[in-house]
Amino acid sequence: MKRLTVTGEACSGCRVCQLLCALVHFHDNNVKKGAIAVHGLFPAPGRYRVEVCDQCGECARVCPEEAIGLEDGAWRIDAKRCSGCGACVDACPSGVMFTHSDLVAPIKCDACGECVPFCSRGVLELAEEGNR
Amino acid sequence: MKDARHGYGGRVLRVDLARGTHRVEPLDPELARDYIGGRGFVAKILYDEVPVGCDPLGPENPLLVAAGPLSGTFLPCASKAHLGAKSPATGGYGDANVGGHLAMEMKHAGYDLFIIAGRADRPCYLVVDDDQVAVRDASHLWGKGSLATESALKRELGEDFQVATIGPAGENLVRFACITHDFGRQAGRAGIATVMGAKRLKAIAVRGSRGFPLADPGAVIRVGKEMYRQLFALPGFRDWTPYGTAGVTDWVNRVGAFPTRNFQTGFFEAHRDIGGKALRDRILVLDKGCFGCPIPCGKYSRVTIGSDEVYVEGPEYETVAMIGGDCCLGRIEEVAYVNAVMDDLGLDTISGGNVVAFALECFDRGIITRSDTEGRDLRFGDLESVLWLTRKIARREGIGDLLAQGVKEAAARLGGGSERFAIHVKGLEVSGYEPRYAAAMALAYMTCDVGAHHNRAWAITYDVAVGRDRVEGKAHRVIELQHLRPLFDMLGVCRFPWVEVEFEPSRYADIFAPVTGQRRSWEELLELSERVWNLTRMFWVRHVPGFGRSWDQAPPRWYEEPALSGPTQGKHLSRDTLERLLDDYYALRGWDARGLPTPEKLEQLGLGFTVPDLERARGAGT
Repeated sequence: MKRLTVTGEACSGCRVCQLLCALVHFHDNNVKKGAIAVHGLFPAPGRYRVEVCDQCGECARVCPEEAIGLEDGAWRIDAKRCSGCGACVDACPSGVMFTHSDLVAPIKCDACGECVPFCSRGVLELAEEGNR
Repeated sequence: MKDARHGYGGRVLRVDLARGTHRVEPLDPELARDYIGGRGFVAKILYDEVPVGCDPLGPENPLLVAAGPLSGTFLPCASKAHLGAKSPATGGYGDANVGGHLAMEMKHAGYDLFIIAGRADRPCYLVVDDDQVAVRDASHLWGKGSLATESALKRELGEDFQVATIGPAGENLVRFACITHDFGRQAGRAGIATVMGAKRLKAIAVRGSRGFPLADPGAVIRVGKEMYRQLFALPGFRDWTPYGTAGVTDWVNRVGAFPTRNFQTGFFEAHRDIGGKALRDRILVLDKGCFGCPIPCGKYSRVTIGSDEVYVEGPEYETVAMIGGDCCLGRIEEVAYVNAVMDDLGLDTISGGNVVAFALECFDRGIITRSDTEGRDLRFGDLESVLWLTRKIARREGIGDLLAQGVKEAAARLGGGSERFAIHVKGLEVSGYEPRYAAAMALAYMTCDVGAHHNRAWAITYDVAVGRDRVEGKAHRVIELQHLRPLFDMLGVCRFPWVEVEFEPSRYADIFAPVTGQRRSWEELLELSERVWNLTRMFWVRHVPGFGRSWDQAPPRWYEEPALSGPTQGKHLSRDTLERLLDDYYALRGWDARGLPTPEKLEQLGLGFTVPDLERARGAGT
């Protein structure tokens, strides 16, 4: 399995991860199509909370269309089979199945790791583990 | 050029606050071609649309918010929005710049420019949510601090809205009010927030989901990644970022250019207790950055004074200089606390610190007395004095009402010789460099197009390198910087990768083509920046009767009084040196000795449409 992880609390809120994610996956300059959540906690305590998919597979378990499958070490959505019912969005324990009005299928991290080298704060890492 | 679609939101939003109506127009492709974006849009629209004789606080003065073609896309520090209006601080061209996420969000909603006209009957705020635009009642927000307003609007509308707001100082029309965005970024200078206050516009909230098209997304990803990797490899990426702008405090003191005691001297004994290291070691919570920024200069901090715990983004260098040095507060905790108070009241800490320091000196010299201060003594270095003045100014109570006009106007009314130490150019208070023995930096302040601001030409390093009172080469260097630095404001990106980390600026031209589909060399872009510089000059010529050389003058303190202490003790520039600098500057710019552009220069820069205003001014002057 591969999964994106968040280490520490040094996120500076630049959102490069979201933008690059959207550019790579959709060729769209649109941070709203990134598969990472960055929540600002201001004025206090003055931190960003970053939420990423840990590839738990709950989305696949609840999908009535069986549109989410394990492929190349991560759970991926087959957009052709997705009906856009939103069951996975509701079921996601981390709140990281995103929707956008342009798209039927939700947006989900596929652990591609593109964002990792461009996180200047070293918050994002890609963990690769043997099949559990 | 076929269209202005790639790299742009593609639309202009016009709002009329008096009627509560709005209109969406396509972005004019010629405007994009000839003025690029950001500051270029602000300069052109203000020139075209502000009527002569317009009261900066009147309904006909438009408030502009502009993004650039590189804002919000994948390259380092693509965060910048540019705001503008006829300045209530100076009566001339006014603009201010802010990072955070505002420009990105505007373009995601499909807009490059907001043009906000008129004055609302009652307090209001503007909401832009993709295609839905509304002017809503803000009576529940009026009177609230900047941070509370931003929090309230995010609760009301959603945390993914980006908010720009004024505080009570802007509502009360203090001429150096600032706009706050993203819990601590400011569009601080030239009183653009005062224009918002005059319009009864408390805040602007924007959310966009559309994104915007790139000419060649694959190439943007490739070149953008190269740019990030190049930046990561520079030594400054690791060395500069921990301390941000406040890291320069030691150096500025070492060269005796740190504004201290209302610019009486250039060295502050306690500077190590207010600089970047003190900030990081004692009060830092988080390195907070703007959109796309890998070198976050926002030093988000927490301090407790008495029983009051506050959070503040900063202090950044300018605040350290103007609240720390200029008001002589010698502990980073005190500087950060005043920073938080000014931010929440919505006061620019640069002008705010300068005005407070001016008032402290007036009290020292008996020009302001206890009869003006409710019987209290005011002293440099006294936190209570600084806070008392700050709050009086924001509320415009008593002596604060006079000081709220800025040092130029306050000195004119106070008299008593205070004009000699009112530290401003064109009515805008000088920022955090004491240039009385730094010729290029002095010239930079004298000729900056919004009044005394460092950011158009931070030339002090050149003075230190080549000889501080030398005249030769200084005007050339200042002009070069006045084209280079504001170009970043046209593109919609931050200049810090270049200024602070020595990133090669022409890389922005490399990514301009895949973003916009237009190939422009860095040299061509610099020529457009020269066009904009001359256009903002012509705004002054058009709007200010008798404008010219007499407006480009330094505060007398810089040529009349030697510095009291520190590395520049006993030094100052002569009046003659300053006049020679102006002669050189005008000649190199193709302007006449009165400081007016020549018709030939304007034609050459594609500004022929401004020549009638020039002829009118010349006719009136003879």
